Amino acid sequence: MKKFGKLVVLLVLVAILSTACGAAEPAAPAASTGPFKVAVVTPSAINDLAFSQSMYDALLAIQAEMGAENFEFVVSDSMFVVDDASSAIRDYASQDYNLIVAHGSQYGAALQEIAPDFPGVSFAWGTAGDTFNLPNVFAYEAFSQEGGYVSGVLAAALNKSGVIGVVGPVEVGDAKLYVDGFVAGVNATNADITVNVNYTGSFSDVALASEAAQTHIGAGADVMTGSAQMVVGAVGVAKEKGVLWFGTQADQASLAPDIVVACQIYDWAVVLRDIVSLVNEGTLGGKAYALSLENEGLKMVYNPGFDLPADVKALGDAAAKGIVDGTVTIGVGGK
Amino acid sequence: MEDLFTGSVLIGLLASAIRLATPYLYAAIGETFGQRSGVLNLGVDGIMLMGAFSAFYVVFKTGDLVGGVLLAALVGLLMGLLMAFISVTLSAEQGISGIGVYLFGLGMSDLLFQKLINNVQTVSGFPVAPIPLLSEIPVLGPILFRQNVLVYGAYILVPIAWFVLNKTTLGLKIKAVGENPEAADTLGVSVSRIRYFTVSLGGMLSGIAGASLSIALLNVFQFNLTNGLGFIAIALVYFGGWRPTWVLLGSLIFSFVNALQIWVQVVGLPIPSDIAVMTPYILTIVVLVISAQRVRPPSALSKAYERLE
Repeated sequence: MKKFGKLVVLLVLVAILSTACGAAEPAAPAASTGPFKVAVVTPSAINDLAFSQSMYDALLAIQAEMGAENFEFVVSDSMFVVDDASSAIRDYASQDYNLIVAHGSQYGAALQEIAPDFPGVSFAWGTAGDTFNLPNVFAYEAFSQEGGYVSGVLAAALNKSGVIGVVGPVEVGDAKLYVDGFVAGVNATNADITVNVNYTGSFSDVALASEAAQTHIGAGADVMTGSAQMVVGAVGVAKEKGVLWFGTQADQASLAPDIVVACQIYDWAVVLRDIVSLVNEGTLGGKAYALSLENEGLKMVYNPGFDLPADVKALGDAAAKGIVDGTVTIGVGGK
Repeated sequence: MEDLFTGSVLIGLLASAIRLATPYLYAAIGETFGQRSGVLNLGVDGIMLMGAFSAFYVVFKTGDLVGGVLLAALVGLLMGLLMAFISVTLSAEQGISGIGVYLFGLGMSDLLFQKLINNVQTVSGFPVAPIPLLSEIPVLGPILFRQNVLVYGAYILVPIAWFVLNKTTLGLKIKAVGENPEAADTLGVSVSRIRYFTVSLGGMLSGIAGASLSIALLNVFQFNLTNGLGFIAIALVYFGGWRPTWVLLGSLIFSFVNALQIWVQVVGLPIPSDIAVMTPYILTIVVLVISAQRVRPPSALSKAYERLE
């Protein structure tokens, strides 16, 4: 009887758990012809105001363009365990999806293994520049140093204390590109400003990001930036202390309308649009994409609630224009 | 570079450590009670997440900070009761059931967040409340007495826990149940009642630990806000040798080193960030290894008690 009781409890736990962690949207019924069907796996929540949300917003935009009857998508979010993500990718591949997006550089090895087993299905992954030479894999990345540079120029112009703080996550990928681009932008504008950079060693440690922001402010920073979903902790501190903030990946102005100056936004719709048309023509992969200011996959979004002086904004616009036409060299990531 | 360790820097670091240690303290002191009575609850992080969300939700909807803490405590208590039911009444394997409780809290807190709020928001949490006179003391004032109410609460909890465990009959019963449940049972101490009490208390404190993050220190909620903090709290219980004062010391050392590694990076010392962020964890492991030689865990820890009738 006791053993039976334990079993029941375990089963109930597993049942509750599986509902709680299930897909964010119900899977659409399978159909051989009809809508273009996309399945997406993301490492964090689709409302993280950062990396995963940037993809989710792009999917919504494509759906609005093509119409819900022509474009369907499902998302499995918060798949921070790569093993879980990999089985989700395999599951989706064996169902009837046209395109499977593995939205996280950590999913690369899994995709490299899975994609050859499903030659008729198209896969996309990022942020990465490598399609593994597989004919059914697309890769996408973001030249996040471009918006980083523009934000750096603006930050330097707004800075009064002579110190700027950067709350970085892990020293890899587009996070590192963004931070390095930001520092380059500040230095190019005013070499006397000290830019303090720290990395928390995590994309999701909100508590550490918050404490890092406190430390930056303690060291004299009056302008800050940072990357990844953990920055909500840093934005909270900036808001409380009245320190200016520059965002990246998604629009973070809603979190702190008074202190967010501008955000670099990733618009993956630029990439998705092209992939969808290629897949419809029968090309299932082999192409690598990069979001940039030039292809408008990267956009600087200014917070309308923040009163940015026109001369400062002009500096930012000039930097963005210079990056697009090649007259500005960032010196980061080949740009 | 020469002003690396001025007095004001040290004060900043210590104040930072005091803040960082707060959620660890609530969770680890609660877990100390449970483990002292023989129950290892690995669900702490999940309970913290549920507490963090409950408190955040109340403050987001009503602005009522006290109500937020109370709901977090209640939700934590209920999850503690669930853990006690599984591990004490059903005598399920404690490690596995704790992980079940953790995963339940992780999934459920996110589900509720998605359904009830659905995007990352900030709230106005507990403000800094300087204690009159004490906060004016040079050096110690800014470190200890210019914090928010939930920070003070965590430190007041330590002597209370010490007193209960070492100076009261209840404490004696808890320790007896954790060391030798058969003997305690023979002497008329109800093993299951004591364990229900300690595990529920631990759950309640873990709930408050979550609230200290979501409505006092960070004032935000998102998926997996705790990021494994509850597991560090469990390590700190071992670190502290199941004694509240040593748990306090462990929490402070861990948090101080964390504050220090942030500072070292901010001032630009040429140390790779990967090495810097590792230091608090390496330190914890080293101290754990050393303390394993020094103190012995409660004899009945993680063993279910079944009466031979």
